[in-house]
Amino acid sequence: MGQVVLREVNKFYDSVHAVKDVNLQIRDKEFVVFVGPSGCGKTTTLRMIAGLEPISSGDISIDGNVINELAPMDRDIAMVFQNYALYPHMSVYDNMAFGLKMRKFGRPEIEKRVRETADVLGISELLVRKPRQLSGGQRQRVALGRAIVRHPRVFLFDEPLSNLDAKLRVQMRVELKKLHLRLGTTAIYVTHDQVEAMTLGDRVIVMKDGVVQQVGEPLELYNQPANKFVAGFIGSPAMNFAAVTVTEANGSLIAENSGMRIKLPDETAQRLRGYIGHEVTLGVRPEDLTVAGAADLDRPCFDAVIEVVEQLGSEILLDMKVGEGVMVACVEPTARVKVRDKLRVAMRPSRLHVFDARTEAAI
Amino acid sequence: MIEGAWWRKWVFFYVPMALFLLFLLFPFYWMVITSVRPDGELYRPWNSINYNPFWTWNPTWDHVRYLFEETLFASWLWNTTFIALASTAISLVCGVFAGYALSRLNFPFAGSLGTGIFITYLVPQTLLFIPLAEIIRNYRLGDTPWSLILTYPTFLIPFCTWLMMGYFKAVPKELEECARIDGASRWQAMLYIVIPVAIPGILSAGIFAFTLSWNEFIYALVFLSSPGQKTVPVGVTSELIRGDVFFWGPLMAGALLGSIPVAIAYSFFVEHYVAGLTGSVKG
Repeated sequence: MGQVVLREVNKFYDSVHAVKDVNLQIRDKEFVVFVGPSGCGKTTTLRMIAGLEPISSGDISIDGNVINELAPMDRDIAMVFQNYALYPHMSVYDNMAFGLKMRKFGRPEIEKRVRETADVLGISELLVRKPRQLSGGQRQRVALGRAIVRHPRVFLFDEPLSNLDAKLRVQMRVELKKLHLRLGTTAIYVTHDQVEAMTLGDRVIVMKDGVVQQVGEPLELYNQPANKFVAGFIGSPAMNFAAVTVTEANGSLIAENSGMRIKLPDETAQRLRGYIGHEVTLGVRPEDLTVAGAADLDRPCFDAVIEVVEQLGSEILLDMKVGEGVMVACVEPTARVKVRDKLRVAMRPSRLHVFDARTEAAI
Repeated sequence: MIEGAWWRKWVFFYVPMALFLLFLLFPFYWMVITSVRPDGELYRPWNSINYNPFWTWNPTWDHVRYLFEETLFASWLWNTTFIALASTAISLVCGVFAGYALSRLNFPFAGSLGTGIFITYLVPQTLLFIPLAEIIRNYRLGDTPWSLILTYPTFLIPFCTWLMMGYFKAVPKELEECARIDGASRWQAMLYIVIPVAIPGILSAGIFAFTLSWNEFIYALVFLSSPGQKTVPVGVTSELIRGDVFFWGPLMAGALLGSIPVAIAYSFFVEHYVAGLTGSVKG
């Protein structure tokens, strides 16, 4: 079992309020990912769960027992650190066996568990080596092995892939996912990389300035961001935002600013009835913008001038000037475009997001 | 590295290096040559025909023999070894624990306490020996090795503490945190993880402390009086300079034999020692 519950958890460093009223229920066998910019409190939250950081107020419980006062060793958790934290003076075998030795397992049991785990991770040949004789990816595996070998109730990961090069990171990401499916142990994972968050998490928790912004499944965050921050943080390239004023003309709602004037689709307009005459933030993802063709006449469209064309092979990113603002569109690789082209861009009407200009909450 | 014409390397690297080495090693050479030169050559006036201060064709062991047969040099060596080892051991144990506590445990005033310890190291021994002499007298420790074993830590512990503090700060905090999650108590994490990782630092602190107490002069001169209790630096200078007569041969032989253990200690641990100074822990 490994059900983790955080209730009204707060963390103060002197006068800094690092984590604010975090409430969470992490289910057994779930893979949850904390994501957010650096300094958002995600690592602090993880360290409080680990017992490395005292909790200023609130409760953390595992399987129903409050663990606030328990020492890290008594919480039955395992943690993988960003810099791996392998014990440099011990062989890989001893690194993995250390936790079991501390818990007074018998020698044959330790041997059996270490060999099994090394097999799973494909590091059996490395057991006699010292950490400094390993490559980054191998060290990462050993760090994982050291966590797995103890069969803890909960795994904690603190940005475990950030020290790897891009290719290895993608590879290890897949392996982590496989490993979780196979072991089924509850995992709490901290990262600043939204791609890792989206691909790994059963649920993703977006944090900013110590406050949980939104908790949800990856697609939920992508499709229905709770506020402008989540909308801009999840998805790459990031969502385009434009400050627009809502007006009414001929019974339908119009959003306009210096560079565009678009008729809002009915479904969006419904929600904006109360905002007539006010400013709101319009959000649209680059992949929901297309070069307008004959079929798009009924869609919301605006004019743009291309400033930069980024060829990615599988798609083209267009950096465009729209009035005084800039927007990025992600279009088909077959599109024939070049710098300084003027073109008409269409939005997918069902994919428009609107946010309150002041509170930044989704409308 | 130095690049360009071939002579640049000589002018800017080898020649300055050679001069530097010559400058540093000459006193040592002088000590060696004096200790094996017969007295007849040592006291030859500079304007005599066969005056040759830098070399001898008649090396002799007389001075070394004199040292061991006519003076208490053997007991001085033993005294120095015992005192240096004991005071180093005491200082290392205290320094390692104090350094760990000051760098890792967040207790109030840890920072100012660390600075305070460093300041005590800066108090000159020439000032401190006066009150210390009073204490030694009151405890009736005068003229025993314990007078030095217990006073050397007054400057060795601050030194070791400061050095170990720096070293422990360089050991990644995650190592210890990981050990504590793995099931070790704070004490076990220190014993099994932090201290083994800090071995190079402990070794260099040990070598430094050993050298400092081996070469220490003032306290040894003040606290020890009978010839049989003296340490090498004090014994050699007080017993082989009588009035204004310098027994140069035995004096230099004593200095040479006194510096050999330290040289051996250095060369034996030199790799660890350098690692300790650069403070590198590569995970």
